[in-house]
Amino acid sequence: MALRFEILGRFNRARASQLTLPHFVCQTPLFMPVGTQGSIKGLTSSQLEDIGCQIILGNTYHLALRPTSELLNQLGGLHNFMNWQRAMLTDSGGFQMVSLLHLADITEKGVTFQSPVDGKPMLLTPEESIQIQNRIGADIIMALDDVIKTTVTGPRVEEATYRTLRWIDRCIAAHKRPHDQNLFGIVQGGLDPVLRDICVKGLVERNLPGYAIGGLSGGEDKNSFWRVVAQCTAALPEDKPRYVMGVGYPLDIVVCSALGADMYDCVYPTRTARFGTALVPEGVLKLKNRDMADDTRPIDPTCPCMVCKNYTRAYIHCLVTKDAMGSQLLSYHNLYYMMRLSRDLHSSIVEERFPKFVCDFLRQMFPKGNVPEWVCNAMEVAGINISSCCAPPSSCQENDSTYASQ
Amino acid sequence: MKLFEVKKAWSNRVRIGALEFGNFSTETPALLLSTRKGLPHFTPPDLLPSLPSPDSHLLQVSPLHFLEGLSPATIAKIGGIHKLIGLNDYGVVAVARDSVHSLPESKGANKFGATFETPCGRLLVKPKDYLVMISCMRPNIWATLADEVPAWVSDKRNRTSVDRTLRWLDDCLELDPAVGSVFGAIVGGPSLDERKRCAEEVAKRNVAGYWIGGFSLGEAIDERPALLRAIVDVLPDEKPRMICGLGLPEEILQGIAAGIDLFDSSYIYTLTLGGFALTFSLDKNGNQDNFEPSQMGSDSSKINLRATVYRKDMSPILGVCTCHTCQNYTKAYINHLFNTHEMLAQTLLEIHNTHHYLRFFRVIREAIQEGRFEEYRQTFIESRREHYERVADSEGVGWCDRISQLVFKCCGN
Ligand SMILES: [Zn+2]
Ligand SMILES: [Zn+2]
Repeated sequence: MALRFEILGRFNRARASQLTLPHFVCQTPLFMPVGTQGSIKGLTSSQLEDIGCQIILGNTYHLALRPTSELLNQLGGLHNFMNWQRAMLTDSGGFQMVSLLHLADITEKGVTFQSPVDGKPMLLTPEESIQIQNRIGADIIMALDDVIKTTVTGPRVEEATYRTLRWIDRCIAAHKRPHDQNLFGIVQGGLDPVLRDICVKGLVERNLPGYAIGGLSGGEDKNSFWRVVAQCTAALPEDKPRYVMGVGYPLDIVVCSALGADMYDCVYPTRTARFGTALVPEGVLKLKNRDMADDTRPIDPTCPCMVCKNYTRAYIHCLVTKDAMGSQLLSYHNLYYMMRLSRDLHSSIVEERFPKFVCDFLRQMFPKGNVPEWVCNAMEVAGINISSCCAPPSSCQENDSTYASQ
Repeated sequence: MKLFEVKKAWSNRVRIGALEFGNFSTETPALLLSTRKGLPHFTPPDLLPSLPSPDSHLLQVSPLHFLEGLSPATIAKIGGIHKLIGLNDYGVVAVARDSVHSLPESKGANKFGATFETPCGRLLVKPKDYLVMISCMRPNIWATLADEVPAWVSDKRNRTSVDRTLRWLDDCLELDPAVGSVFGAIVGGPSLDERKRCAEEVAKRNVAGYWIGGFSLGEAIDERPALLRAIVDVLPDEKPRMICGLGLPEEILQGIAAGIDLFDSSYIYTLTLGGFALTFSLDKNGNQDNFEPSQMGSDSSKINLRATVYRKDMSPILGVCTCHTCQNYTKAYINHLFNTHEMLAQTLLEIHNTHHYLRFFRVIREAIQEGRFEEYRQTFIESRREHYERVADSEGVGWCDRISQLVFKCCGN
């Protein structure tokens, strides 16, 4: 085990902790920006540090294709290659194959897929995934799991659950650098509480440094989503980090943190920036909209980031989707927003004002009090009273049309 | 307050000057950073301070860029171009053409205005519309509208272009927006007489400086010294001269030798887009011989980071370079970023190339200051030529071809 996990504060299920990884001491809850090919959308490492990023994610599948894990190993690992001094996590590569390549097929041996280079059939086994990740050298590496869409039902879900458990032993056996890298297991089991339970128990028996909740954010309804998170966080050990994979909407992060999750990753903040959308406390701001063309306010007047301090919505409107600088500046702001959200979650838990933070967050996002029912249900389980922001206000004013909900 | 002061002038026209703005001053000869909508193409504003200062504080902005989605009224409401781009301590020079995205298109021009090919199509810009943009942007310096024509047009068309450019200059002065300092545009194509006529007429007007257009539009490089001489000879010494279209190191030296003070940097943009990093020597005497033998994808005055030879090269672009890129990143990483089409490739490369070129200007200024510009220039050009010849011997391509290809690629349109 190459990490230390200390809980600094709690509110019911929610926790704020210090996660000490080989390359960086992180504060949780935290969000990990995704740097698919060893860079995050035009931002330099120094900018990512300025933004407050503590840990970034690299995609094993892409890195294995280019520049290849052999080369990364030769050149001192991905940290050295991209000049990133802080923490890093790599995924197993399996999810990318299944989601990007239509011809991926999962057998007991591993994930079979057609090489995007020459079309030849190739096989990614749990052993290979770990070997590649050992070469890339991230602080946290992920086990190869049997990924299925959350919308899949029937015996395939059961097969995936048990196969994930069989593969974790192969991953553990293949892991050559347990003192430098932390192998996280991934809880599968679809939306079936019994299978999720079996998978959690099986993984916990292996005493891994941390655990991820996988197979979510794939189009399942929000009620199923939070219930799976709540079930897994309740069953996972208190003293280990919990990572909900693929979660990136600010609202989802607040809910999952209230339910006891610690880590998140998603391409959403940078992807949505490319399409001209900014994350703001009210939800999202579509900078492509015509009415932005003469709006001289900053993207978010409450945001202290470099972009909001210097630029107007009108200027970003004129840059966005047309010039490289537009998506760079918007990605900067969006990641800053995510880091600020992570910091606020952490400090509000430590300073014992988490319920107030949640209420303020919801009130800004749902000024009319129309907090979605699934959020209300999840907060009830999290033991957070949000009735003050759910009550419809006496004078029903119109929502500011500038903002749209995600 | 004075905009420009000649600090040191030599009998051979070469000079050191100082450009004074409200809150900073910078020495000339100087390079203006090429921008897209006011910000450098790929260098984020928070990394701009990592470039040499105050050398990097001159920006060239094309008002036409804002026709794509930002009205002059909104720019005025925001408080002008400096507020818009969040760079208060920068000198902004507005010129209609940018040599990258907004190019003069002489066929469409008529007596009412100049035409430009831009990302939002061909635009006819009249002096009145242009001045509305200028008065809302409030740049420190702005050039008047020019009817630029390529070298191959008829004498008659070339004469018309001078007539129009002079008329638009008078229109601009009459409409006086009372912002910034006006640079009068000088054109005249490859004709010595027309160049002289235009410069003489512009010199009679009440302008703060001169913007010389119409170069790199098909004239031969060896015609240039005479043309530049004809222009500069009739211009008063105490006012700054800016030129558009001279980009290569050799061309910069040619321009400085003729008495030019300000240059644009679309050359950097073209290099960066092509994956090239400048690596020529910044030796104080201009010597280019003390360079390592060239590698593949390189003529050792610049290297192409897309080349596979850099795949495993964990050294910086230039070991001696102090730019943000060379201090933090390797050739292997930038090569990977190009391979995977990551935007950071251009960002890192633009930072290095801009840094390197600004340093080049600094070395030139030192040489001028110390009265050794002519030796510097000759050593630089000679040793670079020898260098190209060596490269040509080993690779079978003439340096002449290479330079002219590059000139054509960078400036030809
Ligand atoms: Zn911001
Ligand atoms: Zn450099």
